[in-house]
Amino acid sequence: MINATTPIKAESKDLNFYYSNGNQALKGISMPLYENKITALIGPSGCGKSTFLRCFNRMHDLYPGNRYDGQILMYPDNTNILASGVDPIEVRMRISMVFQKPNPFPKSIYENVAYGLRVRGETNKRVMDDKVEEALKGAALWNEVKDRLQDLAFNLSGGQQQRLCIARALATDPEIMLFDEPTSALDPIATANIEELMSELRNKLTILVVTHNMQQAARVSDYTAYMYLGDLIEYGDTDMIFTRPSRKETEDYITGKFG
Amino acid sequence: MENQHIEASHSTAQASVLKNLAEVRAMIRRHKANDYIFSIIGLIALMIGLVTLLILFVDLVSDGYPRFTMDFLSEFPSRRAAKAGLLSAWVGSVLVMTVTFLSAVPIGIAAGIYLEEYAPKNWLSDLIEINVSNLAGVPSIVYGLLALGLFVYILDFGQSILTAGLTLGLLILPIVIVSTREAIRGIPVAIREAAYAVGATKWQVVFHHVIHYSFGGILTGVIIGMARALGETAPLITIGALTFIAFLPPSPVTDVAPFISFEWLTSGFTVMPIQMFNWLSRPDHAFHINAAATGAIIIFVTLLMNGTAIWLRYKVRKNIKW
Repeated sequence: MINATTPIKAESKDLNFYYSNGNQALKGISMPLYENKITALIGPSGCGKSTFLRCFNRMHDLYPGNRYDGQILMYPDNTNILASGVDPIEVRMRISMVFQKPNPFPKSIYENVAYGLRVRGETNKRVMDDKVEEALKGAALWNEVKDRLQDLAFNLSGGQQQRLCIARALATDPEIMLFDEPTSALDPIATANIEELMSELRNKLTILVVTHNMQQAARVSDYTAYMYLGDLIEYGDTDMIFTRPSRKETEDYITGKFG
Repeated sequence: MENQHIEASHSTAQASVLKNLAEVRAMIRRHKANDYIFSIIGLIALMIGLVTLLILFVDLVSDGYPRFTMDFLSEFPSRRAAKAGLLSAWVGSVLVMTVTFLSAVPIGIAAGIYLEEYAPKNWLSDLIEINVSNLAGVPSIVYGLLALGLFVYILDFGQSILTAGLTLGLLILPIVIVSTREAIRGIPVAIREAAYAVGATKWQVVFHHVIHYSFGGILTGVIIGMARALGETAPLITIGALTFIAFLPPSPVTDVAPFISFEWLTSGFTVMPIQMFNWLSRPDHAFHINAAATGAIIIFVTLLMNGTAIWLRYKVRKNIKW
């Protein structure tokens, strides 16, 4: 059940998105992200779920010719983060992202986590040390790396690298964190760690996660949106979507008849 | 009866499997023969290049051997072959290379970064890209003519070290630009996006990441360009390099404040390949020994530079895995 008293952190309103080749990848998507909740995006590949996720930190601005139409409003300030007057860098400072494959910088563990702070002009060593420790603890990685912060990030295992990337995204105290299929490159144990971590992070921030794994969506999310070919087919409480979907297409997809 | 029948059909099936297997094995052998033939051809092709170079180098070393002395490096050219040395030529080469390095490297790297990271992708940037690649193939004497018109006559830099350095700088600029762009393109999109995703500006992405990670590749391009410039003769003859000088350019370091002098930039000069050419064109065989010794030194320095490039790239890339 969607709780009417849960505050909304962000909300897309009639969002269309066009790639530079003219393809319309999103068609009039409207849905909320509830504060301190996990919202999962599911759907077959090519359905636009990653495209939608990447609208939230204006990643599409990096490539010329892409076009947004519609709004993503962020609360409490009512900023339309897609507006041309809003700097994408400001948006990325409020909304951080964890990618599909772990992508640490070829720098030390410490520098990876501290990078967001450096970009913000932080120079105080003490402040930086504290933030790095806090972020690594928040990403459940501190105990494994506290004695080798100056080691190269590449020397960590895949699961550790992904938690390092979460720490990097966490260090700057974002309001929303985006996860783009964060466990698709990881083994089952590392996947379980990341899922547990996401559940904990929910207490601090709002999460939007793309996953191709329906069990994962069912396990971790509070709300689920099913997308197909750029359309939002159904959005609702995760328990509802997986037990009593109201649309036939959703039911076909989650029961494995399709996709 | 029944049993016999089954056994018979079983043995025919076995026979056909064995026959098949023999055919498959024969086929694999035939196909593998191609691997073998190509590896022989490839090895021969490789040897043609390598052995030729080696023979050339050994020939130069054995011809020039009598002149591998410290005197050869510390004497000016002379009319007497046995007394003639390479001093003015190698000092000239070092000074010209310095100007080349200081002019081509910053401009080339900046242009490469601009084209790859900042320039809008449209027909104009495509045109520029094609032209930059083409420039790398322009005969060096054409650069000499350009430099003669531009640096010597229009800008009035004279037939100097400055002119020579800038000319060779122009010559290797495309090499530096192209290798910079290649090195930048080798950086995975995921790393770039990771930097942007935490809120970095384009400038921060370039200076915290792009330059660091592409440094090995850029350096390789720079050194290969410099090694090419070191052996260039034609453009420098065109701009009027001297072929016989018995003096050194003014020293860049002086004993009076501010202890640095730029007078050497306007000095006349010669470089090692020109000195070699000059000695080679003399009828007296004794000078040919000098030429061979010079050639061996040039090849040695070039190999040394390329070796350094490989080593540096290895050092830099050791910590970067993608």
